[in-house]
Amino acid sequence: MSVFLTLAFSSLALGAIYFLAASGLSLIYGLMDVLNLAHGMFMTLGAYAGWDLATHLPATWNAAGVFVAEVVAAILGGALAAGLTEVVLIRPLYGRPLSQILVTIGLDLAVVALLLGGFGSSSLTLPVPLWLIEATRSGNLILAHADFIAIGLGVAVLVALEWFLKRTRYGITIRAGVENREMVQALGIDVGRAFTLVFVIGGAMAGLAGLLYSVTFAGDLISPLQGDSLLIFALIVVVIGGLGSIRGSAVAALLVGVVQDYTNYYLGTHSGLAEIGNLSVVLLLALVLEWRPRGLFGRTV
Amino acid sequence: MTNAIDVTDLHVSITGSHVLQGVSLEVPRGGVTALLGRNGVGKTTTLRALLGLAARTGQVTILGQDTRGWPTHRVVQLGVGYVPEDRDVFAGLTVAENLRLAERVAEPNYDEAYALFPELKTRYKQRAGTLSGGQQQMLSIARVLLNAWPVLLIDEPSKGLAPKLIGDLVDALERIATGATILLVEQNLAVVKRLAQRVVVLDHGEVVHTGAVGDLADPHLAQRLLGVAGAP
Repeated sequence: MSVFLTLAFSSLALGAIYFLAASGLSLIYGLMDVLNLAHGMFMTLGAYAGWDLATHLPATWNAAGVFVAEVVAAILGGALAAGLTEVVLIRPLYGRPLSQILVTIGLDLAVVALLLGGFGSSSLTLPVPLWLIEATRSGNLILAHADFIAIGLGVAVLVALEWFLKRTRYGITIRAGVENREMVQALGIDVGRAFTLVFVIGGAMAGLAGLLYSVTFAGDLISPLQGDSLLIFALIVVVIGGLGSIRGSAVAALLVGVVQDYTNYYLGTHSGLAEIGNLSVVLLLALVLEWRPRGLFGRTV
Repeated sequence: MTNAIDVTDLHVSITGSHVLQGVSLEVPRGGVTALLGRNGVGKTTTLRALLGLAARTGQVTILGQDTRGWPTHRVVQLGVGYVPEDRDVFAGLTVAENLRLAERVAEPNYDEAYALFPELKTRYKQRAGTLSGGQQQMLSIARVLLNAWPVLLIDEPSKGLAPKLIGDLVDALERIATGATILLVEQNLAVVKRLAQRVVVLDHGEVVHTGAVGDLADPHLAQRLLGVAGAP
């Protein structure tokens, strides 16, 4: 039973990270029809921004302060990268979705290559407080402290995002734009601003996801390709949840986290197939699409 | 005084089909000008082109401003309200959110909107997607009333509505027309005759007749221009 609960906790943390990675992707696609394949790059840059800031902080900072600074740097780094991407590369290509997809792939490849050139292919270690590496134990129940942080931040972002989309004028504009972009313009709204905003919000969440992935599931290591592997799961979450739906992303992220974690443990450990959790996620995707082709929360048009 | 809208040699092609082939028309300030013609002659496309929603060539002057190259939101902010053919209310948003989104001025005129459509006030928190067709039409019109825009482009407001509702709607539009210039696309000739002072008739992507609404009383003209028998 305690193993079951331990897994429940860690899959919640995994789900939280998938949610952070996927919800921005989902909003961007829903509003702009841009499949942003540079989203993994935002995640990687978030983690590197955290690492880079940590290495430049004075040694007098305590470990907890350094970690908070890393989180803030990851959020700002992801937001800045995404904002620049939208303004410089995506905006000149409005109305040409295929070109936009291609430019995001190219950007992702270029940034990964730059990171490999600048920092090398070996992983870097993110400085974190000792407390974060430890876990609270009770018998066989193990609750990793890093998972607490991931779950807490994931829930906080979900609540904040729901509030923003429901209560603010920009949020309402984004929801309306996901439904019918043209009519938003016909109400006299400059929808281009909403595009940039959605990219910035998505990038901020992606940057946070990249950093949290390192501290929860990658042993505090960061590497130039970590975002791209996360992106694959984020894309699956977006498709399962339904394009453009935040609630869909949240539910699908949990589902994918749970299925992957439990399968890895119960089937992976016994069968010796290390990647069986990934396979189970793809099977889940196929089953959901068979049952609901528009995803769990996808709107029928 | 200049016209509310001046269009000269407007061309629009949509996926290779030359829909508007040099439309020129003028909409004088005040009252209702009806844009008529059979299905598929380009009435809706004309409205969309005026707003910059369809790529176009030709000159479009609205309230004295040459709008060449303007994005849609800028044209609208000039003072142009749009009520599209299929209402296009945001189904997932509440009535309140739909209205809030449409506010473009510091003091939106909710009193006017609720005076004409009191039902919207009682359904404030309801999702627009669950409204009836008539209620959605009211919401779509209320959105443009909030800002008291001087120019309104209204596309087939009576489409799909029950006769009783059409009567209420025409009463509302008649009242709105006292304070705004309306370019109205409408298939229901009874509605046109009640509301419009002027008519512009399109055929094959061109203007084939411009005149007073009384011209429609001639059944031969109505038959020839609109493909319908003279309306009652």
